Amino acid sequence: MRWLQSKVVLILGILVLVYTFVPISVVVVMSFNKLPSEQSKIYRFNQFTLDNWLHPCTDPSMCQALGRSIEIGLLATLGATILGTLAAFALVRHSFVGRSSTNVLIFLPMAAPEIVMGSSLLALFVSAGFAGQLGFTTILIAHIMFCLSFVIVTVRSRLAGLSDTLEQAAMDLYATPQQTFWKVTFPLVFPGILGAALLSFSLSFDDFIITNLNAGNTTTFPMYVWGVSRKTIPMQINVVGTVMLIVSVLIVVGGEVRNRRRTRALAGPSPARRDSVVAAAGARSSAGGLEAV
Amino acid sequence: MSETVRRKGITGYILLAPAVVWLVAFFLIPFYSLLAASLFNSDGSDFRGYTMTYEWSNYWHAIQDYYPQFIRSLVYAGFATFFCLILGYVLAYAIAFKSGRWKNLMLVLVIAPFFTSFLVRTLSWKLILGNDGVVVNTLQFLHILGPNGHLLYTPFAVVMGLTYNFLPFMVLPLFASIDKIDYRLIEASNDLYANPVVGFFKVTWPLSLPGVVSGTLLTFIPAVGDYINDELLGSTQTRMIGNTIQSLFTEANDYPAASALSVILMLMIVVMVLFYVKRAGTEDLL
Repeated sequence: MRWLQSKVVLILGILVLVYTFVPISVVVVMSFNKLPSEQSKIYRFNQFTLDNWLHPCTDPSMCQALGRSIEIGLLATLGATILGTLAAFALVRHSFVGRSSTNVLIFLPMAAPEIVMGSSLLALFVSAGFAGQLGFTTILIAHIMFCLSFVIVTVRSRLAGLSDTLEQAAMDLYATPQQTFWKVTFPLVFPGILGAALLSFSLSFDDFIITNLNAGNTTTFPMYVWGVSRKTIPMQINVVGTVMLIVSVLIVVGGEVRNRRRTRALAGPSPARRDSVVAAAGARSSAGGLEAV
Repeated sequence: MSETVRRKGITGYILLAPAVVWLVAFFLIPFYSLLAASLFNSDGSDFRGYTMTYEWSNYWHAIQDYYPQFIRSLVYAGFATFFCLILGYVLAYAIAFKSGRWKNLMLVLVIAPFFTSFLVRTLSWKLILGNDGVVVNTLQFLHILGPNGHLLYTPFAVVMGLTYNFLPFMVLPLFASIDKIDYRLIEASNDLYANPVVGFFKVTWPLSLPGVVSGTLLTFIPAVGDYINDELLGSTQTRMIGNTIQSLFTEANDYPAASALSVILMLMIVVMVLFYVKRAGTEDLL
């Protein structure tokens, strides 16, 4: 009884976790479901099949949308990561006028509701005369915009956690500023940049609200799912969902293993692993963001 | 950690410029465009073009026509935030204090489901809450739900979808706050014969308030503007303001009305956040 009492919170916590996994398991199970011929039974498990996995592109427009999402995701990640990393360096390492208003400008896109950001951007494009040219470029512009703040916050927290003693040591040993940057600073900050890039990609890949408003006739994967959600839902979308889950879990676990190995090898203080998980996944939630206001 | 010396000079500005320019051009200026578009002549269209006529009546019409959607959004998002707070608090507390060496694993598990597509995840609730689903059958068996009762396409399904989708935004800031609490303070309250409930409300809860404030804001704000959950799990009877803005923009092409609604939504959120943060700051939250 005492054991139960001491564990009751943990058990409740695990139940909440189980709840978050219910829809995920449905996605995984349905990826093996044979699409029933009857429209009304579409939301029930019909028959086991591997077809969805073997022929993911039965509907070519899905794969097209998927490809476009990956393309936009990669380009948006590249853009946001470069701009955001530069800005993070400026924020931590350089002094400039207007620091607090810059912080607010960086924080706001993470807090503003997507529907407002998306419709503002659409209003801008329309009033600038681009109403007929909405598509790939406008989506990309929007994605870089909303990924940027998350990159800055993530890289900034990594940079702020580094003391510059190692760089000073390098300089004392006659390394040029360029050598110091590429041999010391950059490798130390790289995990933060990588985390920011992964976060950007997942934000961009999964965005629907802002994209839908600024996409014109271009279709991304979330928009494809939105489109078919009122019609026959191809079971292949569950294959994509499952693959996304597997890939991201592999990345997280891989990062963890690498970190452990490195920590053991160095036997030094472990890099704040957990903090980086929290920062990467919930940069939105970083308390630092709220302090900026 | 030694304080890093911040270098002076022009380099800082050069590094910062591209990001700031991007955010000003595609985040700040669009707000101005939105504001302008909300005052365009309401009888204009995509083809005929719009003219700026300072049509303040757009706002009046928007409120008059769509206030039920506004109220519904606030109520649904409020309920979802409340449920997220309860579920999220239990989970964050368990991870911070009770998980031992499984802490990292549990944190990863909190975010893992949310790497699967938002829309695919939400669609799968359709299957779980569907009329032949386990949940409906169980509730009917227990006579909680009538024989013709259903869950899908009701406000319940929408609130449940919102709660589910925005839970991590609650858990992570709560965890960050609770994890910082010195557990000895809680032990001390036990030693001083506070019962666990009193101890919780006098010690843990006040110390976790920063997390509660940021968690509730980060859940409420996206939830109030969301229209995916409502479109997939709700019905025409449950439409939220996000649905309205979206369809006015993309289907009806009524930019002035849609912009006015968007501006109202934004102002409403800003006012609520300021009010809320101010109250929370003075420990008046409860």
